[in-house]
Formats: sequence, C-alpha cells, structure tokens
Amino acid sequence: MEIRKGVPVSAGYAIAPAFVLDSERYRIRKRAIGKSEIEAEIRRFEEAVKVSRQDLLDLKQQWSDRSGNRLSELFDSHIMVFEDKRILDEIKKRIGENHFTPEYAVSRVFRKYVKLFMELSDGYFRQRVSDLHDVERRLLRNLLGKKRETLSRLQEPVIVIARDLTPSQTAQLDRNMVVGFATDAGGVTSHTAIVAKALDIPAVVGLGTITADVSGGDRVVIDGNRGHVVVNPDEETLKKYRVLSRNFQSFEQKLNEEFKNLPAQTPDGAKIKMFANVEFPQEVAIALAHGAEGVGLFRSEFLYRGGKEPTETQHFEAYRQAAEGLGGKPLVIRTFDLGGDKQFMKNPETEPNPILGCRSIRYSFKHLDQFRTQLRGILRASAYGDVRILFPMVSSLEETMTAKMQVDETKELLAREGTPFNEKTPVGVMIEVPSAALTADLIAPHVDFLSVGTNDLVQYTLAVDRVNERVADLYQPAHPAMIRLLKHIVEAGRRAKIPVTVCGEMAGDATFTLFLLGLGVTELSLAPALIPEIKKIVRSVTLAEAREIVEKVGEFGKASEASAYLRQRVLSILPEAF
Amino acid sequence: MPPVVERQIEVLNTLGLHFRPATKLVKLAAQFQSDITVSRGERTLSAKSIMEVLLLAAEQGTMITVRADGPDAEEAMEKIASLFARRFEEE
Repeated sequence: MEIRKGVPVSAGYAIAPAFVLDSERYRIRKRAIGKSEIEAEIRRFEEAVKVSRQDLLDLKQQWSDRSGNRLSELFDSHIMVFEDKRILDEIKKRIGENHFTPEYAVSRVFRKYVKLFMELSDGYFRQRVSDLHDVERRLLRNLLGKKRETLSRLQEPVIVIARDLTPSQTAQLDRNMVVGFATDAGGVTSHTAIVAKALDIPAVVGLGTITADVSGGDRVVIDGNRGHVVVNPDEETLKKYRVLSRNFQSFEQKLNEEFKNLPAQTPDGAKIKMFANVEFPQEVAIALAHGAEGVGLFRSEFLYRGGKEPTETQHFEAYRQAAEGLGGKPLVIRTFDLGGDKQFMKNPETEPNPILGCRSIRYSFKHLDQFRTQLRGILRASAYGDVRILFPMVSSLEETMTAKMQVDETKELLAREGTPFNEKTPVGVMIEVPSAALTADLIAPHVDFLSVGTNDLVQYTLAVDRVNERVADLYQPAHPAMIRLLKHIVEAGRRAKIPVTVCGEMAGDATFTLFLLGLGVTELSLAPALIPEIKKIVRSVTLAEAREIVEKVGEFGKASEASAYLRQRVLSILPEAF
Repeated sequence: MPPVVERQIEVLNTLGLHFRPATKLVKLAAQFQSDITVSRGERTLSAKSIMEVLLLAAEQGTMITVRADGPDAEEAMEKIASLFARRFEEE
C-alpha cells in the first residue's frame, strides 16, 4: 500500500483498477495466474516479444529502403530492448514467482525503469522515457492481441492515471466506465480539474509522478475530498473507503433532492439564476438533474476531437441536440477557445508565449472560415431553443464589434438562403482580460450580456500562470484588484441593464457566493454537481447581509484577509459549507 | 581463475552514451562470454543491457569504469576501449 498526496479538484471517492493512459493506452488486468498457467503465460510473453522484435525489424527494413542506414539505426535500440536478457528475465520472474499476468508484469517492470529514467538529471537521457513508453506499448499491443481495450471501449470501470488529460483524450473517454482521475501535473484550474468537475468524477491532480508509481491493473483509491491517492490499499483501508464512499454519495444525493426544485433565492426575495458549465452535449441531462436553469457556458472545443476541423453539420447537430435537451432553457454557446493552453490541432502553430498569443477570439478572427462555420451552426440551432452566443477573450470594444459584425453577416447569408434561425439571438462577451474588465462600461451597451471568466481574469490580472506550481500560491481570486474589477464589471452591466454572469471557478466556490450575490451578479454558471450546495448558501442569507459583506470585503488590503473573512462568513451561516 | 580486467575510460564523443553509441556498446559486449559491467560513481550496470547502459546517463567527459570478468575478458576490454577511443565512429 502506498499513499500519495495531491491537490483535490473534484470531490467524491472512487475505488477501481488503474488505467495508465500515457504509457499503455490499453487496459491491463491484474489477475493472479495459477501455477499450471505459468508455463503457457511465459510462452505467450515470449511469443509477444518475438513478434514485437520482428515488427521492428520489418520497420527498420522499410526505413533503410527509403532513407538509408542512418535512420534505421534508431530502430536498433528499440529492437535491443526486446533482446535485453535482463529485462526479459525480470519480467519472466514476475510471471513465474509472483504469478502476475504477463501484461501486469510488463507494466510493473517498465514502470520501474521509467522511474529510474525520470530521476536522471540529463535531459537527453531523461527523455528516453518516451522510448520506453513506445516499446512497452508495442509489447502490450502484441500481448493483448484482439482482446485489448482502449479508453473508448472499456468493459469495466477504471481510474485513469495520466500526466495531464489532454482535451482530445477527454473527448475519447467512455464516461460510464471512467470513475476517477489522478494526474502528475496540474492545479485547481487544469483541464483535468475542469473536466472532472463537469463530469462529477472524483479527481486528484498535481501528484508529481503518479504515472510512474502505478501500473495498469493496480487497485487504486481516489479520495477527491482530501486529495489522497492510495495505491494497492490493504483490506482495512479499502473497507474504510467503501464506507466513506457510500456515505458521501448519500449526502450528495440528499442535498440534491432537497434543493433541486427550489430556486436560488434569498429569504428577502433576491434571486440568482443557476446555470451549468458543460463540456459535452450529453452533460445537459446531468445539468438538468442537478437543477440547472440552463447552460451558461457550453464549451465547444469538444468538437475538435481527433484534431480535425468540425463541419457545419457537426456544429449544428451538437448545438441542436443540446438546445432541444434543455427544452427552452437558455444555452449559451461559447465560440472556440483554441490556442493558448488548449491545443487541439495535430500541428499547433507554436508561439513563444501562447497565453498572450493568438488564442480564442483572436484565433477565430485569423481563421474566419472556421469561425463562420461555427457561427452558422450556432445560428441554425437557434431555431430550436434559447440559443445565445458568447465570445471568449475579447480585449476591446473593437473586437466586440468585429465579432458582432461576423454574426450579422452570417445572419444575412442565412436569411438570403431562407434557412431558419432566431433573428434576435443574444450575443455576449466573456470578460476575462483586464482591458475588457476596465472598459466593461464601454462594451456593455453593445452586447446583450456579460460573462466573467474568473480563471483567466485572475491569471491575467495578477500575472500568475495558473498551472505553474512555483507561483500557484499567488493565484488569489480574492485579491483586492479582482474585487475592484468585479465591482466595476457588475456596475457596467447594471448601467446597461444587461445580465452579468460569473462562469469561472469562482462561481462554484462557496467562499465567493455571498460576495457575488451582494455585488449584484444575476447569474452563476458552474459545474452541475456544485449547484445544490451553492443554492443552499444563497437560500441561507439575506440580500442585505450579502451587501454588507461586499462593503466589508472592499476594505481589506490583502487577499488573504479578504478570503479568510469570506470563508468565516460562509461558515457562520452554513457550518458544513467546506 | 579467469582474468578480471578493469579500466577507466573517458566518454569522448559529443553526445555521450546516447542511443546509437549505447547500441553499439551493447552489441559489442554481447559478443563476449565475460560478464561486462560499466560503472559511474556508485552505479554499476550491465554493459549487455541497453536499458542499463542508457541509465548510466554518461554524457561527454564522463569517466566510467569498465570491468570484464571471464575467459575472454582481455580481448573484450581491448575492443571496448577501442570503440570508446574511436568515439563510436559517430563523428
């Protein structure tokens, strides 16, 4: 048994065998083999080694035919691993003495070497880890043969272990079979964290070397409440977690049943709308089941799965499906947020500073064909529900107007073709860049709503990379600069008489609920599973109290003071909030 | 008693014992019956295992100790030393 500590990013418990994504790509079963099977299993292993070696010899031959000796020599080193008696003997020993299946034995032995390579200080040698992964995958592919299970077609529940989940990996996963995540990299706002929360799957990130510590098939416990990952737990630990898991599920269920059909309304009548952040069309049902009054942020990047540009029909069908699923409730579709930390294309254009580079709406303006295709898809779907358009990363009024012009031109074309769409489709912008926040009063009169993306706004305002662990402690949403910006944005919305939604991490963080309510935010958009809890907080406080809190928060000079005060206030109203 | 031969050898080629040189070393070592090890500091690894030779992470300028133990130890050492001296015919 081994306990590792990381950052808890999505609550709940999961107990299941591990699926190590980066190195293996296939699911490995951990099963003890009987004494009588050992000989046959060793033979199966030897056969897979032989086939793997032959594959490489063939590849080498093909390459030397094409490009001469130089390149084909590179295959030699991989071939040599399959001739490396030490490694092969080590694997056979695990099969023979520990009664491991060959797959599990391979995974265990390779994990050991991966770990040794990861500890090397020289970059060239450390990077040989990727060669090891390559060799291991080839061997596993041949061992598993036709029986192999990939992430998209699993037969049993698994916990996914990865460096950090990429958006394209996320898009492939079978959501009924993936019950937990544990990753090496990442903080509270990493992609894995966002996905886990959206799907309501327990997750722990920032574990450092979990991909090297866990072999496929190991039994793993994810404690998404405390940020623990237990590898191969003993019976007692397992029992403890089974009880915790049952209790937690019933607590969440009770909370949801109690609040699902109640409005997020204070006793003195102030209402705040609860929208859901959604990553995939299928999640609309999850959102509704948690009492969402609509989707406040429909991320459209999932359409880029596999790195291919989606067609207009793919856009249209996905949006229509979501709109119809919502049965007339709002569906706010954010146009592509590509570039920056969200690389989808197979060959992304590299930039020295992608976060300040050609991302999001800037990317869309540079790829007008793709942008127009998406806008056509959205507008066509607007005939099937309350569809709204949201532009990400706008930094000025000019960009706002340019984006709106693209919408108007697309509408004109659709009208000329006689294609149905909603002429009055609302258009809004994300306020997530300081320049847009400071000029929210100039932008607001030209749009139908504002949506505050707090994650990026904190990152850009405080100049803190949200995934860099060395500065992660400087990522402080309660920083006075953020408090002032938020006040300014909400005030701009009020003057222009348009709704202001908060859709970042802050919307689902109980610390900020009272503050946002008192500030006059009219809508929150958050991970579906968090809706009941936030609703409960809203229902426990009067608007007058919330306004007083806003007053007080404005007086603090330090983020730590503001955040401590906010937490204390929430706890005094709702002791079980955290 | 079969002879045991030991020699300090400097890694001269620019990239150190990276993939191709390591492959050449392992292929050469495999031709001999003797046990052949390479050590750097505390770490002693088999010269007949590609994985272990790579784990030595010997960059240019590293001093390593080669040890051969077996009936053909002398010949093995001569051939191996010569391979290092010729910079693995890499440059």
